Amino acid sequence: MAIGTGVGAKEAPSVTADTPVRGRRAGGLRIPRSRKVLIGLGMLVFFVLLGVIGPLVAPYDPTASLSRTNGVPQPPSAAHWLGTTQTQQDLLSQLLVGGRSTMLVAIMAGLVATALSVIIGVTSGYVGGLVDDLLSMLINIGLVLPALPLLIVMTGFLPKDANPSDLLIGLIISVTGWAWGARVLRVQTLSLRNQDFVQSARIIGERGWRIIGFEILPRLVPIIASSFLFTVIYGVGTYTALAFLGLINGTHWSWGTVLFWAQSQTAAQNGYWWWWVPPGLAVALLGTSLALLNFGIDEFINPRLRAAGLSRRRARKTGLPRRFPLGVTPVTRPRALVPPTAPVRPAAEEARS
Amino acid sequence: MILLTRRIGFYILTALVAITLDFFIPRLMPGNAVAAALANLHSQFTPATIRALELQYGVGTNQSLWAQYVHYWDGLLHGNMGISTSHYPATVTSVINAGLPWTLGLVGLATVISFTLGTMLGILVAWRRGTALDNLLPAMTFFQAAPYFFIAIVLVAVFATRLGWFPAINAYDQTLVTPGWNWGYLSNVLDHAFLPALTIVLASVAGWIVGMRNVMVTTMDEDYVLVAQAKGLPKRRVVSYAARNAILPSVTGFSLAIGFVVSGALLTEIVFSYPGIGYILQQAVLERDYPLLQGVFLIITFTVLTANLIADFAYVLLDPRTRQEA
Amino acid sequence: MTPVHAGTLDQSAAAGRSRPGEPLLEVTGLCADYGIGPDAVHAVLDADLVLHRGEVLGLAGESGSGKSTFAYAATRLLRAPGVITGGEVRFHLGQGRDIDLLAADEAQLRRLRWAHVAVVLQSAMNALNPVFSVGDQLGDVLQAHRPDMDRAARRDRAAQLLDMVGITADRLRSYPHELSGGMRQRVMIAMALALEPQMVIMDEPTTALDVVTQREILSELAALRDRLGFAVLFITHDLSLLIEIADSIAIMYGGRIVERAQATALFRAPRHPYTLGLLGSFPSLHGPRVHMTGIAGSPPDLRDPPAGCPFHPRCRHVMERCRTELPPLRPDARAGVRNPRAVACWLQDGSVPPPAELARSEPGPDPVAEPAPDPGPADPAGGAA
Repeated sequence: MAIGTGVGAKEAPSVTADTPVRGRRAGGLRIPRSRKVLIGLGMLVFFVLLGVIGPLVAPYDPTASLSRTNGVPQPPSAAHWLGTTQTQQDLLSQLLVGGRSTMLVAIMAGLVATALSVIIGVTSGYVGGLVDDLLSMLINIGLVLPALPLLIVMTGFLPKDANPSDLLIGLIISVTGWAWGARVLRVQTLSLRNQDFVQSARIIGERGWRIIGFEILPRLVPIIASSFLFTVIYGVGTYTALAFLGLINGTHWSWGTVLFWAQSQTAAQNGYWWWWVPPGLAVALLGTSLALLNFGIDEFINPRLRAAGLSRRRARKTGLPRRFPLGVTPVTRPRALVPPTAPVRPAAEEARS
Repeated sequence: MILLTRRIGFYILTALVAITLDFFIPRLMPGNAVAAALANLHSQFTPATIRALELQYGVGTNQSLWAQYVHYWDGLLHGNMGISTSHYPATVTSVINAGLPWTLGLVGLATVISFTLGTMLGILVAWRRGTALDNLLPAMTFFQAAPYFFIAIVLVAVFATRLGWFPAINAYDQTLVTPGWNWGYLSNVLDHAFLPALTIVLASVAGWIVGMRNVMVTTMDEDYVLVAQAKGLPKRRVVSYAARNAILPSVTGFSLAIGFVVSGALLTEIVFSYPGIGYILQQAVLERDYPLLQGVFLIITFTVLTANLIADFAYVLLDPRTRQEA
Repeated sequence: MTPVHAGTLDQSAAAGRSRPGEPLLEVTGLCADYGIGPDAVHAVLDADLVLHRGEVLGLAGESGSGKSTFAYAATRLLRAPGVITGGEVRFHLGQGRDIDLLAADEAQLRRLRWAHVAVVLQSAMNALNPVFSVGDQLGDVLQAHRPDMDRAARRDRAAQLLDMVGITADRLRSYPHELSGGMRQRVMIAMALALEPQMVIMDEPTTALDVVTQREILSELAALRDRLGFAVLFITHDLSLLIEIADSIAIMYGGRIVERAQATALFRAPRHPYTLGLLGSFPSLHGPRVHMTGIAGSPPDLRDPPAGCPFHPRCRHVMERCRTELPPLRPDARAGVRNPRAVACWLQDGSVPPPAELARSEPGPDPVAEPAPDPGPADPAGGAA
């Protein structure tokens, strides 16, 4: 899975006392204005709906072979909108049914892994000392051990005909997905802990868990949200990969399973594009929607990351260059921007523009 | 230096953990997969082989767990990871040795290209903020989200099957060339490696670009970049001042990401039937060749740890703050 | 505006030192905002200032008063989302050539920077690039502005610069994290003087240092000034520092300059209530014990400044007029030509008698002071409209 090569994307600056804490502002929930975040949100809503109603609207049973006329996959037709496999199973149904499993596993993995990362990361950062040393060593090991190979070994040793439930699969995947979030949360907790408002709470004698619960965790919410989305992306990709490898029972329908069967018939080399394009595209788009949402959260945490520069119209109107080059502060045509309530400027300055 | 020693110690510890996990997972997983598999093999293998396998997995023996663990370590230290049941009678070690160079070559080359390209593009996108380049970022998220093997399949379908520009499978065409240091062989190898390498690059470059861009944006806000501008230095110089600092978190990120890149590369190999570790892994999974499965896991882990160590070396070289003089 | 070519920019650096006292940097009506449109924060409003050759001009004010913004805006170094929305910044290169920094393009600015105007930032730890050696960072300006110098010449010059601030040449190979705070600040100063600029802007250069090191740095600075004769725009929140080193002082509040005067005159006879408050905020080591008053209230929120005079909510002598009308920065009529000063306060416009503490008599001519600036044909230096 391509996710995970994001480098400094997560090197967010410290959350401080001034970081807006949601719910404490009068505005409450802010609807993001960024276009890409809205697109991501829209796509995600679509996929969630798909997961919910998919199996209910699937026209056929995904495992059922509908005819035995020939052993060749059929391209899309009126009867089978996405075509069939070589045993004439309907691919649209497989996609719809598989969607729910894929999303359930990913969400489960995301929830458990995020919970683990919060517990381990925040504890490590807050308690410090030997506990921190041990836990951060655990985190580092968790980060370095390659996740997919470990999962392959774990699932490989399950009995061959086992068919674990979605929730169980999600749980297994989460075992490898918590380390990254834990690392980030540990760093942020450490920096928050050393700030004045936490120090003063400790001096007053406020209990540790109260400090964590009321002072630290609320400020970590954006990072936890981002970590959750990231882990869900990871869950989707990893589950798909495991199924693609054949480690998940072949009748346990998910998008990865469809790809597994496609690969078994070397669909790509044989030109059966309708077999592998829809599930692969679905996985990619689901991941993209989550990543776009993550962009929004990243920009919320670090406003400097917002796409800079002015729209063309604005730039023309104010006489400013479209992008603000470093080291050359732009100079506007003052007349365009003087707000009506500005104080009166001396005549010498009026004469200039 | 102290930093490096600590890191090496840490990697050794991680290797120990991996080996121990490798030992315990077969015994911890529910259901008796190993015993069932061994039962099937009685007919095909020599009794000695069966005995060795049973010993390896502690099936039907009275040995304590600790004794098995010691025995396991004993084998490892002698380079003996058991017999591969799907490639019988070849040993696990020999099977892995046949595939490892292909993987190392492919992944090594592709990762270097991807990292270099991604870092430079990231610097460019950060430097030219507010222009159309910023719109590149959401497109990058698509590539980041697409599974490696999906990109591989797309490339195969388009460039190999449809257009026929590149071969679709294998590392080289056995019918055409013979291995050796001759141009015919090498060019054939490159031809076959092109699409798999391209897959890895396409799938991973987005991460480097976005990461580097984000770090650069933060770095460009630093005072020393403002001073560089105030000094009237040429723009190239100012960018390099910032980039030289931004590369550091990038290298750290590389260490974190290498595990994912390797995993993705393995899946890519499967699509292309590229005879590396990934392909071997898939066969091991399908055949439930447990010794091979475990051996591959260890090798992958060791490779990732080594790559991490190399990245740590590079970091120490690049950041003078890590070289505290006494 | 006279076109300025590369050659003339370099020549005038040397020529600049020959006529001390003339205006070097004339800022008129400078306005700078953060952001654009209705949400823009007006950080600097209508600032007028003149820095003369060889002069040390102190710019004092609280955090958020706009003093740093002013300096960076004047040199076009203000970071995004800063925008300059008005004014003129005229830099006199000497020999009759001058250039409006706000109208200059990037190439002109690049040639001008460091060779004529250098900057010393507050925290040298962040201002020095951590991955390059001290020698590299001293040499890069030489490489950029003096292409005729070869590597050996650059190295020698860098060693010479370090020697000038009292650091041994073996430190050329050191990295910033290997130096102490005071040493780093000295390196920054040496770096700023590498091309012998006509003026140096110092943004709180000693704030991050302990008082002993502060003292050392300031005396080094004074010695370097004597030797090289550059002008200094010294930005600080600590007015007491300026007693030692400033020739003239400007006080900023709420983005505006509220008082401007020669240093001695400002200290002995402040005219603005805010200045008076600042002066009363630090104790003197000698003399009788005084009850410290400080200034009640807090600086204005620049996003929502008060109407009228920005200081009126905190002013002890506030009048009705202050709440609604903004007092302009006016030259003080009572001051002589020798001690030009200006103040932005309704108490000082002659319509009402000012309180006694704001109406002390001007100090007499200081026998040790530098000769008064050449009055020139127009207004007393520093006058605005």
